[in-house]
Amino acid sequence: MAADLISAELRRTSLYETHRAAGARLGPFAGWEMPVQYAGVIEEHLAVRARAGIFDVSHMGEIHIDGPDALTAVQRLITNDAARLSVGRGLYTPMCTPAGGILDDVIVFRTAERGYLFVVNAGTRERDLTWIRAQAGAAAVRDASDETALLAVQGPSARAVLEAATGVNLAPLLPFHLRGGVAIAGVDTTLMRTGYTGEDGFEIACPWAAAPRVWAAVVAAGGPLGLMPAGLGARDTLRLEAGLMLYGNDITEETTPLEAPLGWTVKFDKGEFIGREALITQRTDGPRRRLVGFEVADRAIPRQHCGIHVDDRRVGEVTSGTFAPFLRRPIGMGYVPTDYSTAGTELNIEVRERMAPARVTRLPFYRRPRG
Amino acid sequence: MYPDDRRYTQEHEWAKREDGRVRVGITQFAAERLSDVVFVELPQVGTEVRAATPFGVVESVKAANDLFAPITGRVVEVNKALADTPELINQDPHGAAWMIVLEPANASEWDGLLTAGAYAKLVGAAGA
Repeated sequence: MAADLISAELRRTSLYETHRAAGARLGPFAGWEMPVQYAGVIEEHLAVRARAGIFDVSHMGEIHIDGPDALTAVQRLITNDAARLSVGRGLYTPMCTPAGGILDDVIVFRTAERGYLFVVNAGTRERDLTWIRAQAGAAAVRDASDETALLAVQGPSARAVLEAATGVNLAPLLPFHLRGGVAIAGVDTTLMRTGYTGEDGFEIACPWAAAPRVWAAVVAAGGPLGLMPAGLGARDTLRLEAGLMLYGNDITEETTPLEAPLGWTVKFDKGEFIGREALITQRTDGPRRRLVGFEVADRAIPRQHCGIHVDDRRVGEVTSGTFAPFLRRPIGMGYVPTDYSTAGTELNIEVRERMAPARVTRLPFYRRPRG
Repeated sequence: MYPDDRRYTQEHEWAKREDGRVRVGITQFAAERLSDVVFVELPQVGTEVRAATPFGVVESVKAANDLFAPITGRVVEVNKALADTPELINQDPHGAAWMIVLEPANASEWDGLLTAGAYAKLVGAAGA
């Protein structure tokens, strides 16, 4: 149990001192020194399910694509259909290689008549930028990541927290919609009704250096409503419980949206896009493997790279696994041959040289109650 | 913070002598580093364990970590309460969350363990 080694080369968000002062334990993630936890992963996880949590996700990237050719470029880059977006609306989508492998999973917003915003993963930001520039043609590509901080406020009380912090009625801001020009503590922010926890929630984009002011104002407004700061530890258990993919673990360049449960994001009829031919072939033949969710029967906890077995045969590998704090049982995801991917199929997960019985379950593991 | 009625290992276990037997657990430092413990795998009574080799596993929401035996010996008692209440490890690592009791095979191994002062220095440096 070696102590965490913090490399001097890790980047820090503008909230670094805020996290230190709040007693966060910091750790490395995708080249950044980020808060892993404050009060504890389980306590933060349960706070987000019951009330609300606030996360610093400033390490994520923001890339703008603008100009008369922006829509053409965006449509080429993503598998989902941006032509359906009116200004202020967004969608979730993979970006694929010509072979259909997933380069990244991103949220794309239409920010203006001829403007789009890609919110991308921290670990893929540089590669995404190079790829987007190479594919963008005449559209203008601008990386706003260094000047944009991003906070996430998530949970059933998220709306009440942000209404208290902004004085604005946020009911009209529907899921996957964006609204600019919202003042928090005098800072001009953009609110997006998106998240990565399976709960209702918002993401707040603001100027990099202003994030501590925005954070403090939201924490002050949210305190009486039970808002807690939450770290990347809880973010990971929350997204896994909600059946959401983690890029680099569950989806990679070696996997396609049809193998992952992301077929719904591939709009074959929208016209040409990168990866379309390969994905049409895979759709025709049927994917040979699929990502499934599974629950383990005893208390063995599946972890990334644990073997997935059927009878005595290793058929795949765990891509994500944890003890689910809200459901209170071990859960995981991984790729198995299509024949073994239907709900109810019995699997064995190899946890420390022992076979733990598991069963394929429908994703998500957790679905929030509809209010 | 680290009681001097016992000795410690580099891997953050403690060992406490009781009438010739040795009670074993993990330190406060280890418990804090682990974050929330959700599962513990311990050996059965009668198992022979060897110094500095794994005797069990403690799992948090984040990761699994091996537990290392401070000394060589035979397991004579196991803390069954940890199966249903693994959170005891976060709450009382030096007390109620003891893990196993060993019948030592080689009394001289005790002298190779860290004193409370030496252990505090070790984690002071690691925690800085």
